Amino acid sequence: MKRVQYSNPILPYALLLPQLAIVAVFFLWPAVEAVRASFYLEDPFGFGSTFVGLENFKDTLTNSQYARTARFTLIFTVLVAFFSLSIALLLAVKADKVIRGAGSYRTLLMWVYAIAPPVAGLLGVMLFDQHIGPLTELARSLGWNLQVGVTPFDTAFVMVITAVWKQIPVNFIFFLSGLQSVPKSVQEAAAIDCRSGTRRFWTVTFPLLAPTGFFLLIINITYALFDTFGIVDLVVKGEPGNNPITLVYKVFVDGFRGNDLGGSSAQSVILMVLVFLLTVFQFRMIERRVHYN
Amino acid sequence: MASITLNTVRKIYAGNVEAVKGISIDIEDGEFIVLVGPSGCGKSTLLRMVAGLEDISSGEILIGDRLVNKVEPADRDIAMVFQNYALYPHMSVYNNLAYGLKNRGIAKSEIDQRVRKAAEILEIGEYLDRKPRQLSGGQRQRVAMGRAIVREPSAFLFDEPLSNLDAKLRVQMRMEIKKLQRDLKTTSIYVTHDQLEAMTLADRLVVLNKGQVEQIGSPMEVYEKPASTFVASFIGSPAMNLIPMKKTALGWEPEQGDGVNFDIRSDASEFIVGLRPEDLEILGDGAPLGAGLAAKVVVTGVEPVGAESYIHGTLGEGGQEVILRAAGKQHYDIGQVLSIAAKQEKIHLFNRQTGKREEEISALQPA
Ligand SMILES: Nc1ncnc2c1ncn2[C@@H]1O[C@H](COP(=O)(O)OP(=O)(O)OP(=O)(O)O)[C@@H](O)[C@H]1O
Ligand SMILES: [Mg+2]
Repeated sequence: MKRVQYSNPILPYALLLPQLAIVAVFFLWPAVEAVRASFYLEDPFGFGSTFVGLENFKDTLTNSQYARTARFTLIFTVLVAFFSLSIALLLAVKADKVIRGAGSYRTLLMWVYAIAPPVAGLLGVMLFDQHIGPLTELARSLGWNLQVGVTPFDTAFVMVITAVWKQIPVNFIFFLSGLQSVPKSVQEAAAIDCRSGTRRFWTVTFPLLAPTGFFLLIINITYALFDTFGIVDLVVKGEPGNNPITLVYKVFVDGFRGNDLGGSSAQSVILMVLVFLLTVFQFRMIERRVHYN
Repeated sequence: MASITLNTVRKIYAGNVEAVKGISIDIEDGEFIVLVGPSGCGKSTLLRMVAGLEDISSGEILIGDRLVNKVEPADRDIAMVFQNYALYPHMSVYNNLAYGLKNRGIAKSEIDQRVRKAAEILEIGEYLDRKPRQLSGGQRQRVAMGRAIVREPSAFLFDEPLSNLDAKLRVQMRMEIKKLQRDLKTTSIYVTHDQLEAMTLADRLVVLNKGQVEQIGSPMEVYEKPASTFVASFIGSPAMNLIPMKKTALGWEPEQGDGVNFDIRSDASEFIVGLRPEDLEILGDGAPLGAGLAAKVVVTGVEPVGAESYIHGTLGEGGQEVILRAAGKQHYDIGQVLSIAAKQEKIHLFNRQTGKREEEISALQPA
């Protein structure tokens, strides 16, 4: 790393200030506020608050509905991460065969990445719209009366499909560039050493993709846990009823629909801890097992 | 072990780039063939077609007496050593060597035995548990060699395997490869653009130029009787002096410069005269001129390389440049005029138009 010396010692801090201010105002302050609120019972009508210690956490963790949501979130995360990673990998492998070295084609594929996530999510939800969704139509013609927002399974199904669908391009681009960074000569050496292409993939290409794969796994878990808020919201339209939702969405529902600010703060603190653990895990893994070459 | 036969092999890349233009070579069982030529002449392409890594546009490649045009690389019974070694970064050295054997369903005990034997030959036994990134360039090179020899294939293919090593290691590995090949007697095709490497390794050299064979022959044949000006300038260092000369009313004169005393009976009116730097003798003052070629050279520069010096000069003031080889101890001044001479049998003649060697050189005689 190159060291740059500023003649004015204050200048670098001044340059950092806007970014630090944004982090402080939009991330640190709300986080601190959430931690604080999680120890209080907030009056639903805004008339003060009472300190209740760990009561909010105890309530949350013993609540059967919270457990149900947590279970669903776990299943949802596993499904979304698994399918979006594996489908993207499959597509990337196919694309890699076609475009090795064809730079312009690769740039074209990058465009998928440029579609804004909310737009993609909205498109996905429209495809499953109760009345005008072509995929709902398709399901019906196959004899499946798909009722999003009514049947919990159907709702969960559409959430997973949409979340997977939206995440595939991101994974695809990373996998593709990962595949393209596997040296050609290593692939060729493998072609001489091993006859079966499938075996070659699992013994040479796939292990070399491990760093990319691991990075994407973390990204996808984070995505499924947190970034799918918009999709869940679009599917359940703010009124979950008995539909399955994710933990992050429950924070919102309990806090802003149920006006239980203390409880929902406790939930968000739990999620913060989860993110923290995930980050620690990621760094540990990078240090230990995954070989970045 | 097997012979390899190339029969008018051609490679046309997308975009109509003809990288290999109909090459035929018969490689004998156990022979060490070196493909040599400048960058972009199609050496790698040709080798990769033998390996099966590149489709053959037309022609035939036979390994042993099996036509392999459509055979998968893994089924050709060849092993290849790549320029950047192409080791599997995630596997230990042991597994790098064992991988090709495992995939061929060879018994574990046999694999172990072969890997350990190869490791012993190449002196990499103590690194078997390491990953490639924990090895030096030279050690990686040995692992790459090891991966080839454990397979006990019918042919080794080398694509500039030494070009990433430093000069000293390169010389050492060169000798080891030669020795290894002599012991194993495995047919080998070795690609390099380094003419010295080519000369020292080859049983037979194949000099390539722009996708075509310029000459095939033993290193000494190629050195002593280069088939064209291309080969003459490519093989040998410093390169052969190539002097265009034409017949004038006054006799044979160099195109640029003067002071050359040379005569032959020939119907041709022009030639390119080839003179190796070491064949040009620097004469003492007043020494008699023998049969052959004599010239006056004005010294323009001296490159001492230790045991010898390369003397750069021109034929007369401002004439064609030539290089001579002289003993290192001798001192020469810039601007000094030297009398030089070459014996008749050391003079190479090339056709001015085609650049091909003139075979009647044996009939060369002073007029
Ligand atoms: N995949 C390809 N597509 C199109 N042209 C190619 C391709 N690979 C090689 N060529 C061209 O074919 C010619 C021969 O290439 P090749 O790699 O065989 O050269 P080389 O003799 O091995 O050179 P070097 O000493 O630089 O390795 C070159 O002109 C090169 O540009
Ligand atoms: Mg090459």
